[in-house]
Amino acid sequence: MNAARNTARNPSRPRLAVFKFASCDGCQLSLLDCEDELLAVCEAVEIAYFPEASSAMQPGPYDIVLVEGSITTAHDRERIRRVRRSARRLVTIGACATSGGIQALRNFRDVAEFAHLVYARPEYLDTLAESTPIAAHVPVDHELRGCPIDQRQLLALLDALLRGRRPSIPSAAVCTECKRAGQVCVTVAQGTPCLGPVTQAGCGALCPGFARGCYGCFGPKEAPNTDALAVKLGELGLDPPAVRRFWHTFNAGAGAFRRAGGG
Amino acid sequence: MQRLSLAGLAVLLHVLWADRREIIGPRLRDGAITLGILHRLEDLPVGWSDTAQEAAQYRVVPRADSARFGHVTGPLSWKRWLFLPEEVLFRAVRDDQDGGFTLSATPTAPLRAFLGVRGCDLAAIAIQDRIFAHDPAYCARREATLIIAINCLEPGGTCFCASMETGPQARGAFDLRLTEWLDAGTPSYLVESGSAAGRKLLARLPIEACTPEDQARVEQALAQAATRMGRQLDTGGLAERLAARPGHRHWQQVAARCLSCANCTLVCPTCFCSTIEDRTDLSGTTAERVRRWDSCFDLEHSYIVGGNVRADPAARYRQWLLHKLAYWHTQFGTSGCTGCGRCITWCPVGIDLTVEAAAVAGSEA
Repeated sequence: MNAARNTARNPSRPRLAVFKFASCDGCQLSLLDCEDELLAVCEAVEIAYFPEASSAMQPGPYDIVLVEGSITTAHDRERIRRVRRSARRLVTIGACATSGGIQALRNFRDVAEFAHLVYARPEYLDTLAESTPIAAHVPVDHELRGCPIDQRQLLALLDALLRGRRPSIPSAAVCTECKRAGQVCVTVAQGTPCLGPVTQAGCGALCPGFARGCYGCFGPKEAPNTDALAVKLGELGLDPPAVRRFWHTFNAGAGAFRRAGGG
Repeated sequence: MQRLSLAGLAVLLHVLWADRREIIGPRLRDGAITLGILHRLEDLPVGWSDTAQEAAQYRVVPRADSARFGHVTGPLSWKRWLFLPEEVLFRAVRDDQDGGFTLSATPTAPLRAFLGVRGCDLAAIAIQDRIFAHDPAYCARREATLIIAINCLEPGGTCFCASMETGPQARGAFDLRLTEWLDAGTPSYLVESGSAAGRKLLARLPIEACTPEDQARVEQALAQAATRMGRQLDTGGLAERLAARPGHRHWQQVAARCLSCANCTLVCPTCFCSTIEDRTDLSGTTAERVRRWDSCFDLEHSYIVGGNVRADPAARYRQWLLHKLAYWHTQFGTSGCTGCGRCITWCPVGIDLTVEAAAVAGSEA
């Protein structure tokens, strides 16, 4: 790393901002967790707004804005519009921002009933009936899927944006990464239910690498044949309610998984 | 033909290791007989079988004997050591002073031996040799690889090499060819050489004489194996009949089941599609161009100016099957299928190439 040279070459670095909506913070932690690359990130961009990392919060406009979380309140519904106006490029990161997240399970139930069960004084809550992805409210330039996102994908995306390349974000199935890694298919060889064939790649086929079935945290791939996979899941011994629950987890709000789970 | 005892097989492995060759061969891992580096003789799957394969169904089971090669093709094929799943084609590092860049040296190909290459896979390597004839890195790796083939006497449930005329006898560019023969559960190996390198290797092994009866027994067993294939494919006029039926209703029927997950193409030992990605490091000092396995089932694979030409999964399956069984003849002079059966076994929903091809070829509409 040659910090002095890089700064000299790039005196006005692109400004990066990270905004959080309804989420657990895990995805923005993926950025802070880039231990080996963190210095390079800080040299390549000016971190202008990232409350989880620094209390020095500068106003916009920003060149690259990473948005974590879903929209669950009227206040956030307004706030995301202001964030969009401040952003040259807006990238949503993680299942909450791209599909509504695990909290989109409320979309199929009565949120008031949930609130009564969970909170002693639910009247203090001011929340929308549904949890929705960022793209339902403002235009989004790029999406990184996952719960949480994959760190290598995040770095590759930043790298591509900084060099003016189109980021390479595959829309193919997790199976493509599983096979490239030389892993043994858990469905065929062990009869383990796996959503890999209909889930978008990007994680490096992490779970099948540990002999677990994919649970779809990267959401649907392009043209996912959920009907055909549902038949297979039944053959593997999941009863219909179990199949529906399998679809409705971190990406319950994503079109194909929502419909497959009966939502 | 000569004979190698079980102890002689050990000598073969030790001779290869002494020559500093990495031996890639069958290994039991994660409930499957995969391929991997052999570090000791015991790494071979002693007394394990995986021949009872079916569409979307694979299990390893113990055998009653101590066969080392009593299995068929598993989830991996040899192509991952020749046509790599991911390969850096070149890496450029920016020079400090003059603003130019330096290309890093191409890595040398490691000396290797493939142990236990079956007829279908030997044919597949021959097919990829033609495809990658102008790829220097592939050719270097191929050149550095010694091939020890094995004849198949117990075909698997999804095997159809007899239909594709690639087995059960391993034919073509092998250096040594083994046949595992079990006497009262103990294996010995009938061995033949197929190249100058193979003859030299054979001269270093404790070989024993082989009788004409031994030879006759192997031939009989191979003839018998050819009649015990789990699958078959009628190849007479197949390419023409498939190519003439792009609008056949069966393509849509397959698409209703097809996950377009690309598993069939990635386990196929002849599929050669790749995609290229350029990447840089955040400091902007290093750039590299990476080639990785791609698939015609991936939407982006058919992306051209104006959109995707195969957005519909039915079109993707048709493209794969027609390329494999029809256009391949025009392009390379052979079928693209060697009858290894992997695409049938490893399709998560059990789409069966032999069944689907017969359905399209067997009727007009």
